[in-house]
Amino acid sequence: MSTSTKGAGAVAAAFGASVLASAGLAIVYIAGGSPPIEGALLLVALGGIGAGLVLWAKRFLPVGDDVQEREPLPSTPDERARASDSFGAGADLVARRRLLVRLAAAALGALGIAALFPIRSLGRAPGGALFHTRWRAGVRAVDASGTPVQAASITTGTVVTVFPEGHVGAADSQTLLIGLGPGVYRPVAGREDWAPEGVVGYSKICTHVGCPVGLYQPSEHLLFCPCHQSAFDVLAGARPVAGPAARPLPQLPLTIDAAGYVVARGDFPEPVGPGFWDRGRD
Amino acid sequence: MTDAARGGARGSRSERERAGVSLPGREEPPFQDRIGAWLDERLHLSRFARQALDKVFPDHWSFMFGEIALYSFVVLVLTGVFLAFFFEPSLTPTTYEGPYEPLRGLEMSDAYASTLRLSFEVRAGLVMRQTHHWAALVFIGSIVVHLCRVFFTGAFRRPREINWVIGVTMLLLALLNGFTGYSLPDDLLSGTGLRIMYSVILSVPLLGPWAAFLLFGGEFPAEQILGRLFVLHIFLVPVILGALLGAHLALVWHQKHTQFPEPGHTEANVVGSRLWPTYALKSVGLFFLVAAVLTGLGGLVQINPVWLYGPFDPSQVTSPAQPDWYLGWLEGALRLFPNWEIRAFGFEIPEPFFPAVLVPGITFAVLYAWPFLERLMTKDQAEHHLLDRPRDRPVRTAFGAGTLTFYASLFAAASNDLVAHWFELDIETVTWFFRVLVLVLPPAVALLTFLVCRALRDAGDVRLTHLPLSSVWRPRARSTHR
Repeated sequence: MSTSTKGAGAVAAAFGASVLASAGLAIVYIAGGSPPIEGALLLVALGGIGAGLVLWAKRFLPVGDDVQEREPLPSTPDERARASDSFGAGADLVARRRLLVRLAAAALGALGIAALFPIRSLGRAPGGALFHTRWRAGVRAVDASGTPVQAASITTGTVVTVFPEGHVGAADSQTLLIGLGPGVYRPVAGREDWAPEGVVGYSKICTHVGCPVGLYQPSEHLLFCPCHQSAFDVLAGARPVAGPAARPLPQLPLTIDAAGYVVARGDFPEPVGPGFWDRGRD
Repeated sequence: MTDAARGGARGSRSERERAGVSLPGREEPPFQDRIGAWLDERLHLSRFARQALDKVFPDHWSFMFGEIALYSFVVLVLTGVFLAFFFEPSLTPTTYEGPYEPLRGLEMSDAYASTLRLSFEVRAGLVMRQTHHWAALVFIGSIVVHLCRVFFTGAFRRPREINWVIGVTMLLLALLNGFTGYSLPDDLLSGTGLRIMYSVILSVPLLGPWAAFLLFGGEFPAEQILGRLFVLHIFLVPVILGALLGAHLALVWHQKHTQFPEPGHTEANVVGSRLWPTYALKSVGLFFLVAAVLTGLGGLVQINPVWLYGPFDPSQVTSPAQPDWYLGWLEGALRLFPNWEIRAFGFEIPEPFFPAVLVPGITFAVLYAWPFLERLMTKDQAEHHLLDRPRDRPVRTAFGAGTLTFYASLFAAASNDLVAHWFELDIETVTWFFRVLVLVLPPAVALLTFLVCRALRDAGDVRLTHLPLSSVWRPRARSTHR
């Protein structure tokens, strides 16, 4: 029959292409590999088999003309009654020993509770970790390479990511030093002397979900979080002015030591980063 | 099954028997040759084999999405095993000395370095890695489309509620495994995602800090987390997924597949193709086609080029940063939700709790409960094997369309920074636009869907494009010939 020969030709071509592509894959592999060529050959090698099988089914096999009855899903009342009797008879035998049943339940329950305890081994207690960073009074600010930062190098418009000396890379301690220039700093009450020579320090961890607040726009004195577009007003205590962040970036109290280096006067006054249930606890 | 009940199918079988059923190169037919007889004597195989080979599966293009998900999972397991042979789930610092020039001499974790080695030095490694990632995207995509098919055609109704619950659980696990998977390479983008996940867990009232510390092993970024993600990603979640997959398929087998109402299709029969040979060839063919597309994408279309992002550094971030598509709705919710925090009695519920815990919590609660909610509303207790046409259920279809619009709007909002950039708009303006969109568009789409479905239902067998516009706004009496 001419039509069936034609159909068989397409199926044969698909399988044949697959054989050639697989041989090609071996050659490409031996020759050192190339992702795009491997991808194209895999497409043909696998696609040839797939197309061949589907065409085969569509052209030469009976499609969609078979009928089968569905058996009813619910059991007959009689079957249910017999299952229920089988269970009930056994349950009666077991339940006769009431004390043993209760003790067995108690034993399993107690074991279940005891098995929960190892969950505690998974990690440290939150304790004070969320409330403190590595900053201490008198600790110098160093940049990512560990070099102490001179206050004079933080000129107007400059932004540097700093860490407490000896803890470069400490995620919770990352801080932005921003040069505001003289006379621009509008301190929050009680923080009048936290930004010596116009150098102000804010936690770099967004108070929304903790991305590094990496973008600074000097003209408007705004810090942006690139993850969810929160913006913080650097001149007004890093108050959030846009986006989903609800709290200001905590400010690091700074001073300048005799050698001109930027030094912390203590830890952040509040927990850094995203909020949590008992953040208000002291 | 009685022979009388099989009546309709017997003719074609006996024709095949007359044509001779022995396989080429074999003296005796299968199940009667030495191996077949040996197995049958020990396993009582013949009766089950005959039932299985003769089992009828209905044909419809929309039934393929579940199969595509299944075959994507197979590709994920195969490529994943290859990747696991090379990947090192460790944050131990190392200095990169490999062939990728821009990163040479840089300090990075073993995890990131081994991912680079897989990409540049292991032959066929990059194709495997990229195929794995593409397969994950297609896996979750086909699950979602499959879920939509089941939802809009009412396939979840009695007796298939259990399989709906299993399916929703698999979607949840697939999302989890997608996230743990792209967090493993320890590149800058994945580290940022992990940081966000930590903060979201931290935001849960009362339990948050403990849950975050136990899961991560301590304050972010804790050393233990990568090894734990690895165990979750390559062992725990896939094993549970595999078990649920088996249960899902076993239930489809046991309860038999649903079918669309057509002449000859009844609640009491299944019309379609037999497992052997038609359905087997078509389905195995589909596996190879799915694998072909995924490996083709894996070789030809770059995905997640981690070498461009650089190693993770908690004080750096890539911009713009978007997650894989299936987490876009959560990312959008995080970007849109206003900066409301609840503080009272010395405790607080942080802002991320609402968009990133409550929104997915409600989403999955409604998904799980849907078959039971709908039964409460419709009082429909009956068994259903014939599917609904979406137009015949205007309320359900409208609810589904509105819900999908809601998540699509959230998904679009996850690119608010890119939209602002492309259209040179202020980011605040774009965010407010999406906030309004997310609240206004879903009810509008739901209402329109309801009106159109009602008109189509009442008009009888009419195509959407032939529907007179006036009938959408004015309900008519339902035509009686339906």
